[in-house]
Amino acid sequence: MKKDRILLDHGSGGRMANRLIAEMMLPLFNNPMLSRLDDGASFDIPDGRMAFSTDSYVVDPIFFPGGNIGDLAINGTVNDIAMCGAVPLYLSVGLIIEEGFSIKDLEAILRSMSVSAEKAGVKIVTGDTKVVPRGAADKIFINTSGIGQIPEGVNVSGENARPGDKIIVSGTIGDHGITILHQREGLSFDAQMKSDSAPLNHLVARMLNITKNIHVLRDPTRGGVATALNEIAAKSNVGIRIRESDIPVKKNVAGFCSILGLDPLFVANEGKLIAFVEKQHADDVLRTVKEDPCGRDARIIGEVVSLHCGKVIMETAIGGERIVNMLTGEQLPRIC
Amino acid sequence: MKPNAHYQNPALCRSLADRIAEMAKGQIRIMEVCGTHTVSIFRHGIRFLLPESILLVSGPGCPVCVTDQRDIDAFIKLAGQDNTIIHTFGDLMRVPGSSSSLQKEKAEGRDIRIVYSATDAIDTAMVNPTKQVVFAGVGFETTAPTIAASVVAAKRMGIDNYSIYCTHKRVPPALDALASDRDMHIDGFLLPGHVSVIIGRKGYEPFFQKYRIPSAIAGFEPVDILVAILRLVEMITEGSPALINAYPRAVPENGNATARKTMETVFDTCDARWRGLGLIPGSGLAFRDEYAHFDAQRRFGITFPETCLPSGCLCGEILTGKITPPQCPLYNKACTPIDPVGPCMVSSEGTCAAYYNYAAGDDG
Ligand code: SF4
Repeated sequence: MKKDRILLDHGSGGRMANRLIAEMMLPLFNNPMLSRLDDGASFDIPDGRMAFSTDSYVVDPIFFPGGNIGDLAINGTVNDIAMCGAVPLYLSVGLIIEEGFSIKDLEAILRSMSVSAEKAGVKIVTGDTKVVPRGAADKIFINTSGIGQIPEGVNVSGENARPGDKIIVSGTIGDHGITILHQREGLSFDAQMKSDSAPLNHLVARMLNITKNIHVLRDPTRGGVATALNEIAAKSNVGIRIRESDIPVKKNVAGFCSILGLDPLFVANEGKLIAFVEKQHADDVLRTVKEDPCGRDARIIGEVVSLHCGKVIMETAIGGERIVNMLTGEQLPRIC
Repeated sequence: MKPNAHYQNPALCRSLADRIAEMAKGQIRIMEVCGTHTVSIFRHGIRFLLPESILLVSGPGCPVCVTDQRDIDAFIKLAGQDNTIIHTFGDLMRVPGSSSSLQKEKAEGRDIRIVYSATDAIDTAMVNPTKQVVFAGVGFETTAPTIAASVVAAKRMGIDNYSIYCTHKRVPPALDALASDRDMHIDGFLLPGHVSVIIGRKGYEPFFQKYRIPSAIAGFEPVDILVAILRLVEMITEGSPALINAYPRAVPENGNATARKTMETVFDTCDARWRGLGLIPGSGLAFRDEYAHFDAQRRFGITFPETCLPSGCLCGEILTGKITPPQCPLYNKACTPIDPVGPCMVSSEGTCAAYYNYAAGDDG
């Protein structure tokens, strides 16, 4: 690529666009389905149930410690599919790029998308690129959609929580949101902060290997753990009790939250999951989660009860009690 | 979740709560003046630990909540001016004015930016020399010195397009207004830690001498709050009122003289209008003549229409601890954090929002 900026022509569908695809995208995402460059990908579907999900990524800044908008876009959709209990198979990628965007940055983003897809074991089989005039978008927005296959006997849904279920969280919470905020505000008092952006599908597969009695899976992205738990309590019409002292939070994240008056329970995660597991399997599942690189700090943080239906109640670290409510409004905009 | 393990030690908290329960005789009403205390009390579930005889009532210590409706309307008016950039703290965005809110104005295309400090506004003023940059200043003695410092810096650097709409307020005159209200019946005051860092224990001495109501400066961790409550309960039951500093690790006897000096360089005291409490003499901060140029109110000739509270909102009663949020007929019905009627439901430190977000059960 000779020019070092994206031009409107790159989204034209003409010669420039073809070159962008041939020189930058195909070498990174090469697979037979994509390289046919048909209007869409065609493939056989396995028997049984499928999961299908889509998400758009507008994170600002686009590069941050621990990742960038590219791997976030892959991991996010891979995780959404995995949270249906499915094995993610194929993704589509739609890029909306602002005129004048640096080609070097685009290359870096595409490269990390390819690395993440590889890590997750999914294929990018179709895509689209649009370039909009300067100011009509902020640098780059990415949409990814994906499909996956739900294995026989797996039935995971936000409606399935049952009294007695143990609630596992796969690691420290709030890392992603706080890293973005930290970066955006140019606050430099902690160099250790890093987004947790990661694909969770292999972890989910390991868990489902231990037992199919996993009732709910959720990746607590925007709105954080608190919002996810509230949604589950409402959908399943159950009560949820959690213990503050069991919730893993990194020291620097907790410190930063307390300075800014944020509650880590409401801060976004991009590489963590919450699982509601039938009581007798909970310890086995926890052990397995802890063996996975994404789950080393996993903990059981609480359980489902048949009292106070629709509400999440937390036993505070000092032995008090309070409600954990849903997030209202946008605590931190453009976090993913 | 243990950023500060010692000050959140469960066993210590439990034993403090037990001692409070042993000590307390009859109903005791303690007002936590500061919004940060209100939130901490709810977030840590402190009410749950305390005996029923201890009633914690929230006071007027959330700066956004006590900002008068007229001032909110003035912010909105300023935001509507051409070539103007408004800087504000996040909580202010959603407070409903008489006909709009800063958030709605932003959606209409007005340039309104959320910042964490006034110095960010100076930076904006420097990179946008053709625009007027106005900082919507709400707060107490805690943030007033930083606002004053930004004005001193702007003057020194000759930054002409920066100004402040100052609604900053002083806490001791508000305490005076509360204590003199015969309907209040406050047995003890939990005094705000952050404000005290600036004004010191001494800053409350005139107030204390006038009313001799037990008062304790408290920090924000559970142990801090419980220790202060215990000291208050001791004073109340023994009938030996005092003004004590239960947060000595942060609050010096005389406060921060340098910060106060900066504040006094730029501001003089004036009467100020508080939502819910009305006009309180000497409770506001007005620009001194040497700095009048930075006063947005004067610079843009803002005049006030007479406005009243949104109908049915009982923020006034809430802010003076006369009722609790569930006693407001709009609470959790017409008024929720998604669709707030009054500022007490908007601000993260507002009492209504704290009840809504944290209170287990109907009355917390
Ligand atoms: S619940 Fe709403 S309407 Fe009632 S006092 Fe609080 S803020 Fe005002």
